[in-house]
Amino acid sequence: MRSKTHVHTKINGEERDFLCEPRQSLLEVLRDTLNMTGTKEGCNDGNCGSCTVTLDGRIVTSCLVLGVEAEGREITTIEGIARGNDLHPIQKAFLENAALQCGICTPGFIVATKALLDKEPDPSEERIRFFLANNLCRCTGYDKIIQAVQQAAKEMQA
Amino acid sequence: MSTPSYSVIGTRPIRHDGADKVTGRAIYGADFQMAGMLHGFILRSPHAHARIKRIDTSKAEVFPGVNAVVTTKDFPAVDDSKIVDLGEGNTPLRWARSNVLADGKVLYRGHAVAAVAAVNAHVAEEAAGLIEVEYEVLPCVLTAPEAMKPDAPILHQDLKMKELGETTGKVSNVAEHFRHVMGDIEAGFAAADVVVEREFNTATVHQGYIEPHNATALWNNDGRISIWCSTQGSFVVRDATAAILDIPVSQVKVTPMEIGGGFGGKIPVYMEPVAALLSKKTGRPVKILMPRQAVFEATGPTPGSYMKVKVGAKKDGTITAAQAYLAFEAGAYPGAMVGPAGMTVFAAYDLANVTIDGYDVVVNKPSTAAYRAPGAPNAAFAAESVIDELALKLGMDPLDLRLKNAAKEGTRRADGPKFRRIGCVEVLEAMKNSEHYKSPLEGSNRGRGVAIGFWFNVGLPSSCTLNVTADGTVNLIEGSTDIGGTRTSIAMQAAEVLGLKSEDIHPTVVDTDSIGFTGVTGGSRTTFATGWAAYEAAQDVVRQMKERAAKIWDVPSETVEQAGGVYRSNGHSIGFKELAARIGETGGPIVGRGAVNPRGVGGSFAGAIVDVAVDPETGKTTILRFTSIQDAGKAIHPAYVEGQMQGGSVQGIGWALNEEYFMSGDGRMMNSSFLDYRMPTALDLPMIETIIVEVPNPGHPFGVRGVGEANIVPPQAAVANAIAHAIGTRLTRLPMNPPAVMEAIWQKSTSPRS
Ligand code: FES
Ligand code: FES
Repeated sequence: MRSKTHVHTKINGEERDFLCEPRQSLLEVLRDTLNMTGTKEGCNDGNCGSCTVTLDGRIVTSCLVLGVEAEGREITTIEGIARGNDLHPIQKAFLENAALQCGICTPGFIVATKALLDKEPDPSEERIRFFLANNLCRCTGYDKIIQAVQQAAKEMQA
Repeated sequence: MSTPSYSVIGTRPIRHDGADKVTGRAIYGADFQMAGMLHGFILRSPHAHARIKRIDTSKAEVFPGVNAVVTTKDFPAVDDSKIVDLGEGNTPLRWARSNVLADGKVLYRGHAVAAVAAVNAHVAEEAAGLIEVEYEVLPCVLTAPEAMKPDAPILHQDLKMKELGETTGKVSNVAEHFRHVMGDIEAGFAAADVVVEREFNTATVHQGYIEPHNATALWNNDGRISIWCSTQGSFVVRDATAAILDIPVSQVKVTPMEIGGGFGGKIPVYMEPVAALLSKKTGRPVKILMPRQAVFEATGPTPGSYMKVKVGAKKDGTITAAQAYLAFEAGAYPGAMVGPAGMTVFAAYDLANVTIDGYDVVVNKPSTAAYRAPGAPNAAFAAESVIDELALKLGMDPLDLRLKNAAKEGTRRADGPKFRRIGCVEVLEAMKNSEHYKSPLEGSNRGRGVAIGFWFNVGLPSSCTLNVTADGTVNLIEGSTDIGGTRTSIAMQAAEVLGLKSEDIHPTVVDTDSIGFTGVTGGSRTTFATGWAAYEAAQDVVRQMKERAAKIWDVPSETVEQAGGVYRSNGHSIGFKELAARIGETGGPIVGRGAVNPRGVGGSFAGAIVDVAVDPETGKTTILRFTSIQDAGKAIHPAYVEGQMQGGSVQGIGWALNEEYFMSGDGRMMNSSFLDYRMPTALDLPMIETIIVEVPNPGHPFGVRGVGEANIVPPQAAVANAIAHAIGTRLTRLPMNPPAVMEAIWQKSTSPRS
């Protein structure tokens, strides 16, 4: 077997350690090593956004980040979005607007939306569409996703 | 007919699986884990057409970390005459099996050849690279017109052409030629004042679901196989896997995991039997995930097509004759969905003289699968483009021309059936009366297009069980995998009957051992048929609840009435919850069952109105405004009905403008990633407006028709018509990407005025 590297990170506010091979992506580590399967794989080459997480506050496609690159950094995944037992306003808005059908893209969209609204509380429709253009959804045609983001923005400002 | 009033149906409750899906807790196929699990990898053909002369797996077998390697010789021998039901059609078992692992020949690039199970997917992939396969490369053929030529390379020496229903002795790439005839086509064209005839081509496109295929299998020590996978039909996976492995269906249990999209493409089995074989060899569970490139190269797509459509009309707009020639690419094995294309191509019109010829043609591309109203969008692109041109020539409003000839109750289609109550006219009228259609479109290089499309929808069996709990809620057990909120649309129908709220029903999708047979989530059938099973199960619960109330009051049960969840007789009354609390003392558990095989399927019409702007410098088309109009029969959960309409519309827009299998001459898909297979992103689109039309289906207790598919039928033609009006010349080939639009603009400016 190949030798593994020890990696120390903070995931969703908790200190986490894992071992990984140099060729393993962060996505693979999250899903297979840490059993955090909320982050999804749609393409494994950076083009669908379903594996979106934040790394030190910036959104990344975790399939294009190596596990070893997470050393000393902070990661937020879909599992870290809800506030304890309460859904985050973005999650609520997605449900109330029927912004998911199959739901495979939803974790990526929610993580990306949070990154957007944390920095830009009142984005225009055009800005939302631009920011989320790296996240593919094949089911919804995006309409209800955009509406959910707009509703979440309103509620988060209130 | 007066519209019944409902208390649950037509409302927009939060879906039952919602919290799981927004928190990342929902377990999809790829998320499934098991102790001792091995990981598989499938070796695929680099050639589009080749004979396999030799496979040597010895190096892979001894690679450290590898547990087993399988090839087609590990499958039991099959009886050549055996037929297997694959959910939306039957196919000879030998073809189903050789698509799963190639037998003797590879028929498309990406065709599975061998598989490895190892400690992890990386090791499995490395080991697969050590399998030596000696190929004798054969010439390949990639389009229907090419494959129909007499000297074309032949894919299957055992494929004998079926000609107008008769099996001929002719070995051919044409699996079947069918013809539908109505009236006298010659006389029809002779009576026409205006005739439009055009040729059309459409590229192969993929369903493009975001979740790749996956399968985990355990061949247990007692001989039973358990499978966990993402599928549109757990019973199809069970039956197909059992057939391929030549074991009884009772030996296979399939647990459908959450599924990340399908659109028809997750009906066939690809990896389940392979994972099962690997499990048998290793004694351990084996999980296989399909890489995205393989999803493009080896699953799905919908047929590319070559079509000719000719329509004639009188000056007043009466269509006198319509003719279609449809040659569809089946991919590697017969089944091109040209049948549905023939059924739908002129379905929106009440016609006297029609001829439709369809050809199902095998080519060296992946075996095609259903994709949302399979076959119909291709056909509608051709037919609705011609109708649009006809309207232009006649100087008629394109919706008026359609309304003048619209199909209605009693209209006979060329393929035989007579329509029952349908909503074609209502959809066209809703289009005409829409704010969108009435609004002016101004500016140069802009155009508006309309089109209508039909999908017949399917029935198929469904089962549902309801268990009444003591707290007055109901657990609903069903077997339809939920791709877009159907747990809720099914639960709402039970709630309506029981007089409960949607939240009082707890729906669960279960494995094939735990529920009666249920057909695929496809054909727009789930809310219709499984919803009907839930309706029946709820009626069964009501009947039993009445008996319990009767027992309590000591009255005959026929005197007990139920409305809105309250049971009444002779001045007595008791609510559902109160009564549920007393089921223990009145006779024990109440289980309602519903098992249906519905016949009253109601087809759905959908229309599209689109405004585009074409950039004359770059050829890029921008969708300025889009409205989708569809007859839902009855919209159970309007938000998810709108979602289907929006999703189907956007897939249609992608199909119209960008998506295609870009093939090299030797059969290699050159754009097998989401970067290069360009599906619409949020930035490419406006909001998608929706108008739900409700013409109740008389064949369903709540009037449901099913809304998953018809919405993808008209967008391609509507976009084509809009572009034609924007640039003054017509594109007859999909996709209408910037180079194609530029080409059309140049041709128009260089060709003499016609
Ligand atoms: S899986 Fe990472 S972008 Fe698609
Ligand atoms: S909801 Fe299915 S891909 Fe977005």
